Amino acid sequence: MAGNMLTKERLYKMENFGHSIEKPVYLYRPTHTEQVADIFQQATKEGFRVGLRGAGRSYGDAAITGGGVVLDFTRMNRILAWNPETGVIKMEPGVTIEQLWRYTMEDGWWSPVMPGTMRPTIGGCLGANVHGKNNWKQGTMGEHVLEFSVLLPNGKEKVCTPEKNKDLFYSVISGMGLLGVLTSITYQMKRVYSGSLEVKAWAEPNLTGVLRAIDEGKDEDYDVGWLDSTARGRRSLGRGQMHTARYLKEGEDPYPYQTLLPMNQDLPDTIMGIVPKSIVWRFMKLGLFNLGAWAANLAKYTMNRTIGNHKTYIQSLVAFTFLLDYVPNWELAYGRGGLIQYQSFVPKDTAEDTFGEILRHTQRRGLPSYLGVVKRHRPDHFMFSHAVDGFSLALDFKVPPRKRAKLAKMTHELNQIVLEGGGRFYFAKDSALTPDVVEAYLGGETVAEFKKLKAKVDPNGILQTDLYRRCFR
Amino acid sequence: MTMETKLPVEHPLNPLPTAVIVGASSGIGEALARKFADEGYKLALLARREDLLNALCEEINQKAGEIRATAYPHDVTNFDQIPALFQKILQDLQTIDIFVYNSGVMYTIKESEYDFSKDLHTMQVNALAPMAWLDQAAPVFEQMGSGHIVGISSVAGDRGRVGNPPYHTSKAAFSVFLESLRNRMSRRGVHVLTVKPGYVKTALLELAVAKLPPITPEKAANDIYRAIRRKRQTIYTPWWWGTIMLIVQHIPSFIFRRMSF
Repeated sequence: MAGNMLTKERLYKMENFGHSIEKPVYLYRPTHTEQVADIFQQATKEGFRVGLRGAGRSYGDAAITGGGVVLDFTRMNRILAWNPETGVIKMEPGVTIEQLWRYTMEDGWWSPVMPGTMRPTIGGCLGANVHGKNNWKQGTMGEHVLEFSVLLPNGKEKVCTPEKNKDLFYSVISGMGLLGVLTSITYQMKRVYSGSLEVKAWAEPNLTGVLRAIDEGKDEDYDVGWLDSTARGRRSLGRGQMHTARYLKEGEDPYPYQTLLPMNQDLPDTIMGIVPKSIVWRFMKLGLFNLGAWAANLAKYTMNRTIGNHKTYIQSLVAFTFLLDYVPNWELAYGRGGLIQYQSFVPKDTAEDTFGEILRHTQRRGLPSYLGVVKRHRPDHFMFSHAVDGFSLALDFKVPPRKRAKLAKMTHELNQIVLEGGGRFYFAKDSALTPDVVEAYLGGETVAEFKKLKAKVDPNGILQTDLYRRCFR
Repeated sequence: MTMETKLPVEHPLNPLPTAVIVGASSGIGEALARKFADEGYKLALLARREDLLNALCEEINQKAGEIRATAYPHDVTNFDQIPALFQKILQDLQTIDIFVYNSGVMYTIKESEYDFSKDLHTMQVNALAPMAWLDQAAPVFEQMGSGHIVGISSVAGDRGRVGNPPYHTSKAAFSVFLESLRNRMSRRGVHVLTVKPGYVKTALLELAVAKLPPITPEKAANDIYRAIRRKRQTIYTPWWWGTIMLIVQHIPSFIFRRMSF
């Protein structure tokens, strides 16, 4: 134990994206693989734990190791090779989604899978194996990785592809940084012929309508539904707004170079040219309580239902894809206790009953979600896969400081509802899983295989996060 | 729908609060450990006497039905061990909400006895070791901008009396150290509580003669816990010792040096 790495000057109060957890950690921000290897060696010798962190955009405790060392990879952010002919890019794990699209877009390449925010790092995205608003069509981000190299805690560096070191390929991706550090990633981008999308938007009166519309739209390029999770009653429960979008075909955009320029993709930093976006969260904060959120959701739905209904319009890729970046620092609007997201993935047949029960249960408990999003998914072959042939429902919940225990209890009850529906969960979003629930949805076999693989590549158990200690103890 | 599910204790939304107690094998430390355990804390307990410490942990864990308290055998005068041990505890608990320094020694000092070895050991345990420990803990609290540091000092630190020069000196030093720490840390959101017990029925008291009715360690622990909840700065336990010490502090020297107590 001890050693010169856990010094006072390295202490840092580490928070999650939702600002609902804070822990003291010893922070290191390596720039080169050798430094990481050196830290692994010291950790083995001295017995401290190490957690990996990208941009820190996980909603829960996936990138926090309380009392241990946290390696922040945002400085390992070099683009190592780019081929604008084939769209193959090689990069370090700290490259962010924003860096990626800014780099490749004007050559006509876009990532086939994009999360709803451009802030995360590629390393973090692959650790959680993120999906976008096109999971049914394009799968998860990991499905577009051609090759990566990974530094294991035992000091070995391995090159993995879907054929070579297959077991590591399918477990490091989705493995939440618990098996090793990605040191370089080779990734296949997707050809686009315009920086714009054709978007269709319309309202659906209830959950049945939303799920049917999403299922029908699953072969569109993008397909996503917003839910008014505060709406009650059999007729209105789960009402919302649908968005589908398609890429423009070659020739449809008269000036593709113009629309693909990052400068022309940038979102304006004011609303209607007047209100600076940087202050918007402060106003949102005033409305984020049960009644305020109900009113806001109702107002949005009414707009969607009336003047915004059945609209087709052209929108930039960035504006459509990274909706979460539209209001900077929006997570601060949830106040001192922060927020959590509760996302469940439920098979097609049981989804309507399960999601209906989830919505009713949150309303019954007096802790309704203020924002709900529905997407369509397909299963994949990765170890900690969250996806099913079905739908996901993501719900954002405020964490009032005095209602933490109540919220914890409610999420625990929701877990049972999801498990009864044969559903799954997603570590990147999670703040609610316990070892029994993890074993129930992943299956005892997967958990045992993970533990076996971890014992092999990380025999001293160096790589640990709070999520790991919570879910796999 | 009725769904009565037992909530697992460790949940990221309501994790167990955590506390470290240095000097937990007997007396106030032991009582405080039990009190914290009853209030649902996860504990790191330190003391020199391993057997007593293990027995206490076992008792707490059995009562809770799960591992709540962990024993870290340690002699506070081994200053060199402290940084590494602190790091280990921080990693095990993941965060620290309350840090209590309770260890203390008191020798019987005869009239006209001047023994530097006793002075040294008393100063080491009562004054230097808390500095060594709190120098480790304070930066964590400072970074977190929250939490409680609790020092179990003594009424003995308020005045230098005839009976036991090293004990009075060491407790005075500890009290002043805590005050300094409070003045440094209160502006960062950290609370520092100085506890000044009067006579408490502990092993220490067997060496002294209680001239006033003593209280039980459990009563002292309850007072301390309440003071933490109320974010107090300094408390006497029992409270009326505050009144006594207010008077004692104001006795002029020409009288005080003639007094035998």
